[in-house]
Amino acid sequence: MLNIPLWKRILIWGVCALGLVLAMPNLFYSRVEGHNDAVRKIEQSGATEALRAQRAAWPGWLPSGLVNLGLDLRGGAHLLAEVQVEDVYERRMNALWPELRDTLRDLRDQVGTIRRQDAGPGELRVRISRPEAMDAAMQAVRQLAQPVTTLTGVGSNDIEVSAEGDELIVRLSAAERQAVTDRTLQQALEIIRRRIDEVGTREPTILRQGDDRILIQVPGIGSAAELKALIGTTARLTFHPVVSRTTDGDRDPGPGNMVLPSMEEQGVFYVVEETPVVSGEDLTDAQPSFDQNGQPVVTFRFDPAGARAFGDYTVENVGSPFAIVLDNEVVSAPVIREAIRTGSGQISGNFTVEESTNLAILLRAGALPAGLTFLEERTIGPQLGADSIAAGKMAAFVAGGAVLIFMVASYGWFGLVANVALIVNVGLLFGLLSLIGATLTLPGIAGIVLTIGMAVDANVLVFERIREELKTAKGPARAIELGYERALSAIVDANITTLLTATILFMMGSGPVRGFAVTLGLGILTSVFTAIFVTRLIIVMWMERRRPRTIEV
Amino acid sequence: MRLKLVPSETSIDFFRNARLTFGASVVAVIVSVLLFAIMGLNYGIDFRGGSTIRTESTAQVDVGAYRDALSGLGLGEVSISRVFDPSFGADQNVAQVRIEAQDDEQSITPETVQRVKDALKAVDPEVRFTSVESVGPKVSGELIRTAMISVLLSVCAVLIYIWLRFEWQFALGAVAALVHDVLVTVGIFSVFQIRFDLAIIAALLTIVGYSINDTVVVFDRLRENLRKYKKMELREVMNLSVNETLSRTVMTSATTLIALIALLVLGGDVIRGFVFAMTWGVIVGTYSSVFVAKNIVLFLDVKRDWSKPDKTAGTQFGNGTA
Repeated sequence: MLNIPLWKRILIWGVCALGLVLAMPNLFYSRVEGHNDAVRKIEQSGATEALRAQRAAWPGWLPSGLVNLGLDLRGGAHLLAEVQVEDVYERRMNALWPELRDTLRDLRDQVGTIRRQDAGPGELRVRISRPEAMDAAMQAVRQLAQPVTTLTGVGSNDIEVSAEGDELIVRLSAAERQAVTDRTLQQALEIIRRRIDEVGTREPTILRQGDDRILIQVPGIGSAAELKALIGTTARLTFHPVVSRTTDGDRDPGPGNMVLPSMEEQGVFYVVEETPVVSGEDLTDAQPSFDQNGQPVVTFRFDPAGARAFGDYTVENVGSPFAIVLDNEVVSAPVIREAIRTGSGQISGNFTVEESTNLAILLRAGALPAGLTFLEERTIGPQLGADSIAAGKMAAFVAGGAVLIFMVASYGWFGLVANVALIVNVGLLFGLLSLIGATLTLPGIAGIVLTIGMAVDANVLVFERIREELKTAKGPARAIELGYERALSAIVDANITTLLTATILFMMGSGPVRGFAVTLGLGILTSVFTAIFVTRLIIVMWMERRRPRTIEV
Repeated sequence: MRLKLVPSETSIDFFRNARLTFGASVVAVIVSVLLFAIMGLNYGIDFRGGSTIRTESTAQVDVGAYRDALSGLGLGEVSISRVFDPSFGADQNVAQVRIEAQDDEQSITPETVQRVKDALKAVDPEVRFTSVESVGPKVSGELIRTAMISVLLSVCAVLIYIWLRFEWQFALGAVAALVHDVLVTVGIFSVFQIRFDLAIIAALLTIVGYSINDTVVVFDRLRENLRKYKKMELREVMNLSVNETLSRTVMTSATTLIALIALLVLGGDVIRGFVFAMTWGVIVGTYSSVFVAKNIVLFLDVKRDWSKPDKTAGTQFGNGTA
């Protein structure tokens, strides 16, 4: 028991040393942060003198992992957005309607006249004048179904056809809904990520939450409103036939048309048809390139459905312009030079290389596939965060100091040992937090302070036990041995239960609360480690050197 | 010379005033539940939806003028409170403006925020807005549900763990103590109408963890003593166990309280509610592990057939195999 093998000693000290080394960069927070930023920038866009100097402020061979500061400490904006997936369902149904109409028209002899009815999102209701032919109608419509290509939806079709009286109902199947939702969310995540990356802020968090929600946290941004503007809320990319070009923005566009401003040219407006020919969802790829004359252009490719629609349109409209519309602004209005049946084409305008590259990125990223509703938004000013850090630091130092004094007053030399363990413990905790790149929040700081208070608990359990054993056991060595042995079950049980609640907090909580759970949980692990390994090792080493006849705990 | 909060040998009869102590706990729980039912809680925007705007200015906060400025905006109920904290500088005047959830809006629109800001700027041109938070009613409903589920889950997890490691009577005793701690904490939040938000739920869960920590240490000793003193009255064994662990219980609570009080005073107003819940919870938790948990176990009576200790549930750590 009191003979700890050498390898174990080395391991224990090694873990402590490693933890402290990993924790060290946090002491030089701004310097290391500058170094990390500089390294990243140099990787992305080459080195400059200033960046090199910034990088040199922290030696590269030292660990440079830092505890991330949460929004409540750094300041920034937090948004929780719900993606309006119903919009996409509805568009799916609208897109299906012409095909369905044509199919049923072919059966006019049997089903009679057809009329589309109002229906909920993701639903298409058609009234037919001869309900007795419903079976034939359903049969025909079912032919339009296509298999869903997802892992979970194998073997199911994208639409379900049923009947209700004289109404034929087409719904998106559950598998297709899920597939559409997943696709829409992925698209939205990607687009939001690109738009935020363009601003180049540090470590934004963009995560899918639940089925149809996206959590966006951007440190350092001025306000949630700014973030919202950046993401854009309702924009979509579409291709519209152009009716005319004008400089009068208030002009009456006529039925079925709308007036849109040009993105590039001030004071120029386009009158376009409201119904788009194809939309950005049909686009599969867009790349910057050059035409025969060496002019920068953007080449793009549609998926089969988009290619068909676009092909049909271009055949009929060679020589007339069509508008590429993004965010309700006309990006460009090129003239169709020839029928484009291959599903790919190129957009030429008076582009510079940079513009064509940007346009390609915009087209690839496209616009958000559906609108966003913001369920939650928070803006925390950087000053408030700085104040919180200052207050938290102050509290941590005072709490730590008071606990240290209290422990020495209560347990003398053993208290000192516990204090060493406590300091190692806080170091290990920071080391672990840096290693896993955890985010420190204000409640997280409270978690650390609480850990400081509770970390001595395991030591107290052992010391109290040693005190008791000293009354009965033979000699100090035996008392210490028994003290550790008998206190272990209480330490384990007590800490596992706390760990259980920390785990639940982590799973159920979000944001700051989760940060608290992380520090609390890791704090429990490090405090148990320091109490049953580090303090024991220190005491054993002391016993070996001094071989005291009596000890006082 | 050692500082000793508890004499090294104590033989306090913790059951002597059982009627008083346990009774007080029962009364406190009932009163808390009644308070919760009658007065409810001062829910923060996390749970009720709405917005809070934190303002900071070098000029004194004139709550009346703020209220007048905002009452014309048609935002429904607006509450304005001044915030005090020892860490604030002399010319740091902070106020919190709370606006209820607006109809037909999930979260507050930037236009509304701007209107509020403009109105306040008109009153005090120096005012700055250090944080703006807004939670829609849809999310707040879910947050309440998640919070309740997590408290319930953690209590269940504790129940199951103690059951596995000890006996079912211990598990019920420990959980009774936990429920006591949580309810009494909720009660104090109801009495003083302290803002109850997500962070408080985190505090409640921590109290669950902390309180169980204390209770388990007493139970661990009780389990050991039950094996050691097979003929002793259960009541006596309990008293002995609590007395033996009393020093540790007090020491641990003391160090934790030292840390928490430092946070309470110096940690800033943003987490004061959270730290207050924790501080209160530690005090109540310590009390309950001494005066509540074991009373339930005594009441339920433990089966004391410890003749084959190895076959009883979860004694693998208790036999000194480490």
